[in-house]
Amino acid sequence: MNLIADRLQKKFGAITAVADVSFTAEPGKILGLLGPNGAGKSTTISMLAGLTTPDSGSVRIDGAILGTGADPTKRKLGLVTQEIALLEELPARMNLEFFGGLYGLSGPALGARIAAVLELTSLSDRARDPPSTFSGGMRRRLNIACALLHEPQILLLDEPTVGVDPQSRNAIFETIEALAGQGRTVVYTTHYMEEVERLCDRIVIVDHGRVLADDTLEALLASAPVGNKLTLKYDGAPDSAALAEIRSLPGVVQVDLAGAELSVSANDLGTAAPRVLERLAARGFSCQELTSRRVNLEDVFLGLTGRTLRDT
Amino acid sequence: MSATFTAFRALVRKDIAIFLRDRRALVVSVLTPIVVAAFFGFLFGGTGAGGNNPISRMKVGITDLDGSALTKAVLESLGQDASLEIQELPEDQAQALVKSGKLRAAIVFPAGFESAATGALVGAGNMPDVKLLYDPSQSMIRPMVAGLLSQHVMQRLSRPNFIGNAKPIPFNIDRIAVTTGPRYNSYAHSFAGMSIQFILFMGIDAGIALLMMRQEGMWRRLRAAPLSRGVLLGSRVAATALIAIMILAVVYLVARVVFDVRIAGSVPGFVMVACAFALLAATTGLMIASLGRSVGATRGVAMFSVLILVMLGGAWVPSFIFPEWLQHVTEFVPTRWAVDGLDATTWRGLPLQAAFAPTAILVGWSALFAAIAVWRFNWEDD
Repeated sequence: MNLIADRLQKKFGAITAVADVSFTAEPGKILGLLGPNGAGKSTTISMLAGLTTPDSGSVRIDGAILGTGADPTKRKLGLVTQEIALLEELPARMNLEFFGGLYGLSGPALGARIAAVLELTSLSDRARDPPSTFSGGMRRRLNIACALLHEPQILLLDEPTVGVDPQSRNAIFETIEALAGQGRTVVYTTHYMEEVERLCDRIVIVDHGRVLADDTLEALLASAPVGNKLTLKYDGAPDSAALAEIRSLPGVVQVDLAGAELSVSANDLGTAAPRVLERLAARGFSCQELTSRRVNLEDVFLGLTGRTLRDT
Repeated sequence: MSATFTAFRALVRKDIAIFLRDRRALVVSVLTPIVVAAFFGFLFGGTGAGGNNPISRMKVGITDLDGSALTKAVLESLGQDASLEIQELPEDQAQALVKSGKLRAAIVFPAGFESAATGALVGAGNMPDVKLLYDPSQSMIRPMVAGLLSQHVMQRLSRPNFIGNAKPIPFNIDRIAVTTGPRYNSYAHSFAGMSIQFILFMGIDAGIALLMMRQEGMWRRLRAAPLSRGVLLGSRVAATALIAIMILAVVYLVARVVFDVRIAGSVPGFVMVACAFALLAATTGLMIASLGRSVGATRGVAMFSVLILVMLGGAWVPSFIFPEWLQHVTEFVPTRWAVDGLDATTWRGLPLQAAFAPTAILVGWSALFAAIAVWRFNWEDD
């Protein structure tokens, strides 16, 4: 089931939260909406979930325009909110009965769905306990389970791993991958690039309410100005003459110095790295630490905006 | 069963389940009105069972500067009055005790009282001045003591040994409590008043809970479901009203069993007024949720407003003791009609017709509150 965001716009007073956002999420795929805090991700999710009416543009689900309120098209959507929206005092099973009831489920059909989502989220043995006794990760998983009861074909997850330990995060990722594997359309918002790199088939990068890029991970990385980064720490900061020499080396695209840490961007690290080390050693600088990595979405975002995801 | 009804039922059940699991809410909503109503009921006269209850006697000091046969006889007569506790003492000491609040009042018979009073009664000479010292914080004591003093002085003066041809007080007072119910029970009024007060507090809590749902993201999650505004808000009203009815039922059950409060009038009338008031409490909460912004500020303003409504409605003390103009003003206060409606169907023992006006007015106010809530409710600002 396709979910199409078509030129969505939303203003709150004089502030434009979302400006001309368009993308398509496809069945069986996970679409990542990546951007810093305040980029407009949650407002976009609100419009995708039928919570907020766009000032202009539309959300279409299999061709039908999504409305707010009691629009039956919303039955096809499952929303996992950023906040953990659970009834803390009531047992997990009663939480699930409640959220199932909101979508008209009752009786044996509801019972079967509760058993299925508890199994999927590995919470079957804690069904009688209230969420207030759960760990952060378990509460997040129950939050997801509540959105799956009515078997939505489209799942919207708004930063579903906030405050979760790495082990629980992996469990949540596995659940999401399993849901996509069942043919569901998944839209996943986050400001953690590692999450979209791990999970998403397609990535939409947003900032200041605008779409900056929309492509696969491979295509986005390929669009970055350089392919690799070399980071070197010295006991003393290299002088300007040394930096000028490094910049002139073949294959070196960019050189940045922060304190005693030198960052060298290069497309062919195998050629550039030995030369950089050799020239600096010749100038008497002793390298204390050396790391290298492939370019990532942080670099892509930096290339697009001039800022890092964490700066904003 | 339609999906909409299933959703409505799930929302109502959720609210009731949360209320029943919240022990603090249960205690505040059920136990507190019972305890406070019992206290007020006891203060204002208990079950009205006549001579079975000990009467609180007023402590009154007497200073007899005359020392005559008449004043001695009046002192004896006052001492036998069941509503007075007489203490004879010097004037300065009596004044000090009234000033400190240890005596409610003090009477000072001047020297020459007997001769002056008997003369004045037959038109000879000036009337003597009897001092009545009273505590200004309890001004209602003054007319009571003055009345009792007049009664006992006249009874003694009219006896033949003081004025041979005078007649005794030419009438007796036959005291008849006028109510169609079995008898007046002050617990009935206090239970009505305190139920109304604490159920309105519960209504505030329901409104605050909705504000907190918005803050915590639950409201956003509910709105993601394909539910109309009518279902979302209507279920809140229904749940709060049902909780209010449950509280009223438990409170009045205790009132009946422990304090002998009876629905002496129309039972359907009582149910009508109770349901209409439950609706009022629920829509009050909804209106608070629609007008409020921060939880703290909203709770403070709502509590203040409810206390004013309850005070003016006669929940603490019956509205008939208010000044005439204030009684007219309180006709525009919904709680006044709730109190009057419950009073009418309990201790006043009035028929079903007496519940029509309170019910209609409470439903009208509820409709107004609901309309304001729907009008002012911010649907998209989470």
